[in-house]
Amino acid sequence: MKLVTAVIKPFKLDDVKNALEAYGIHGLTVSEASGYGRQRGHTEVYRGAEYTVDLVPKVRVEVLVDDDDADSVADVIIKSAQTGRIGDGKVWLMPVDAVARVRTGERGHDAL
Amino acid sequence: MPEISAGDTAWVLVSAALVLLMTPALAFFYGGMVRTKTVLNMMMMSFGALGLISVLWVLYGYSMSFGNDVGGKGLVGDPFQYFGLKGLMSGQVATLPAYAFVAFQAVFAIITVALISGAIADRVKFGAWMVFAGIWATLVYFPVAHWVFAFTDVTATGGGWIANNLKAIDFAGGTAVHINAGAAGMALVLIVGKRVGFGKVPFRPHNVPFVMLGAGLLWFGWFGFNAGSALAANGTAAVAWVNTLAATAVASLAWIAVEKIRDGHSTSLGAASGVVAGLVAITPACAAVNTVGALAIGIAAGVLCSLAIGMKYKLGYDDSLDVVGVHLVGGLIGTLMIGFVATDEINPGVAVNGLFYGGGFDQLWRQAIAAGAVLAFSFIMTYIIGTIIHKTMGLRITEEDEITGIDLTVHAESAYEFNDASSGASFAKSSAVRVSSAVKEGASA
Repeated sequence: MKLVTAVIKPFKLDDVKNALEAYGIHGLTVSEASGYGRQRGHTEVYRGAEYTVDLVPKVRVEVLVDDDDADSVADVIIKSAQTGRIGDGKVWLMPVDAVARVRTGERGHDAL
Repeated sequence: MPEISAGDTAWVLVSAALVLLMTPALAFFYGGMVRTKTVLNMMMMSFGALGLISVLWVLYGYSMSFGNDVGGKGLVGDPFQYFGLKGLMSGQVATLPAYAFVAFQAVFAIITVALISGAIADRVKFGAWMVFAGIWATLVYFPVAHWVFAFTDVTATGGGWIANNLKAIDFAGGTAVHINAGAAGMALVLIVGKRVGFGKVPFRPHNVPFVMLGAGLLWFGWFGFNAGSALAANGTAAVAWVNTLAATAVASLAWIAVEKIRDGHSTSLGAASGVVAGLVAITPACAAVNTVGALAIGIAAGVLCSLAIGMKYKLGYDDSLDVVGVHLVGGLIGTLMIGFVATDEINPGVAVNGLFYGGGFDQLWRQAIAAGAVLAFSFIMTYIIGTIIHKTMGLRITEEDEITGIDLTVHAESAYEFNDASSGASFAKSSAVRVSSAVKEGASA
C-alpha cells in the first residue's frame, strides 16, 4: 500500500475531493497546513509597519491506496488541483507497511 | 443656586454610563492589537484600572480634583473635604445633584489611567501596573483634573489654575486626559524598555475585528465624553455631539487616505486608528469650534497621527500601541488648534476667537502653556513614579515569561482554545475532587 500526500491550494480542495470520489476513493484526511516553495509569502501592513509573511496557507490531503492505484491517484490529484500558476503544490507517494481499520480490526486491502 | 434640572441630570448620568463603556471598549481596541498570548493581560490592565480607580475616586480622588484648592495656587484640591464623598448627598453642581457630577468625572479618571497601558503592552507585571495606576492617579491625574476641570465656585471655593487663571479651553480633556496619558506612556516606555524582539519579530495584531469593535464602542461612548461635558442637555451638548461626529469621520478618512498613498492599501486597522485619533483631537475643542473647525481638526489628526506612529521605529522606542502617536499627538493637535479655529459664534459660554477668527494670538499661547504644562508635569512625575517602582518591585516580567506569553505566566489563563482535542487540558487534581463531590451532592439532592 501507499500513502499519497498532496499539498494543494485551499480553493482547489473541492475539485480534488470530487475528482477522487469520481475515481472511486472513499476516504481521505484533510488538514490545514502552511509552508512555502517557489511561491514564497506575502506582505501585510499594520499601522504603516510592513511585515513579510513567509508561510502561505495550504491544504494537505492524505489518501491511503493500493500500490496499483497510487500513480493514477496522484494523476487525478494533479489534474484536479492544477491551475498552472506558481504555488500549485506537490504530490508525493510513500510506502506503507500495514493498515488496520480500527472498528473491525481488518488488515491490509480490506481496511482501505 | 439654579434649580436641579431633571433633563440635565438624566443626560449626565447617561453620559457617565457611556463613558464607562469606553474602558471595556479600550480593552477590546488594545486587546485586538496584541498577540494571542498577551490579549488577556492587555484587557486586564483596563479592567484593573476600572476597579482600582473607581475605588480611589470615591475615597479621595473626587476631593483631590474638585475639593477646595489647597494653598490657593490652583494645584490640587483638599483630599479630606469630600473624603468618601461625605456631605455630597445634598450637594449640587450647576443644575446637577453633586453625585451625578461625581459619577461623570469618575469615568474620566478611569479611562485616562487605562489609556496609558497601551504603551507598555505584553511585558509589565500586573501587580506593578496596579501599584503604578494607583499612585499615578493620585499624584498626576487627580491634581491635573483639578487644574483643568475645577472651575472656582462650581464644586468648591478655589479651582484649578488652567481653568481659572490661564483660561485655556479644554472642554472634555485634551490636556487632562489625552496629553496626560500620552506623556505618561512616553515616560513609562523609556523606563520599561522594548518588548523582546521589537523591530525583529513581527507583532501582528491578532484580532483586527476586536480593534474595530473597540473603536466603534469608543466612538459611541465618546458622545457621552464630549457632549456630556456640557453638563447639561442643551445646545452646547448638541454642538459637541455633531463636532464629535464630523471630526472623527473625517479623521478616519484622512488616515486611510494617507495609507493608500504611502503603503498602497487602506487598512481596517487604519480606519479604526483614525477614528480614535479624531476623537482625541476634537475632545478639547468640541464646544469651541464650528463645523469647519471640527473638520480641520479631524483632518489634521488623521494625517499627523498616522505619520507620527511611524516615529517609534525611527527612534527605537517601543510605544507598543501608539499611545504617544495617537493620544499625545492628537491631544496636542486639538488643544493647540483651538487657538486657531475657536469661534465665539458657537457657544455663549466660550466667548473666545482663535487666530483665524480675529482673536489674535491671545488664546493660542494660553492653549500652548496648558498643553506644555500638562505634558511636562505628567512626563516628569511618571518618570519618577515609574523609576521608583522599577527599582523596588520591578516593572518587567522575565524574558522567558514574556516569550512564553504574559497571559499564561502572569494570569494562568489563555484567551483561546483553538483545538479542543489537542489542548491537553483536564481538571487539576484538587479541582477534580471539588467537581466530583459537587456532582455527587447534586445527584443526591
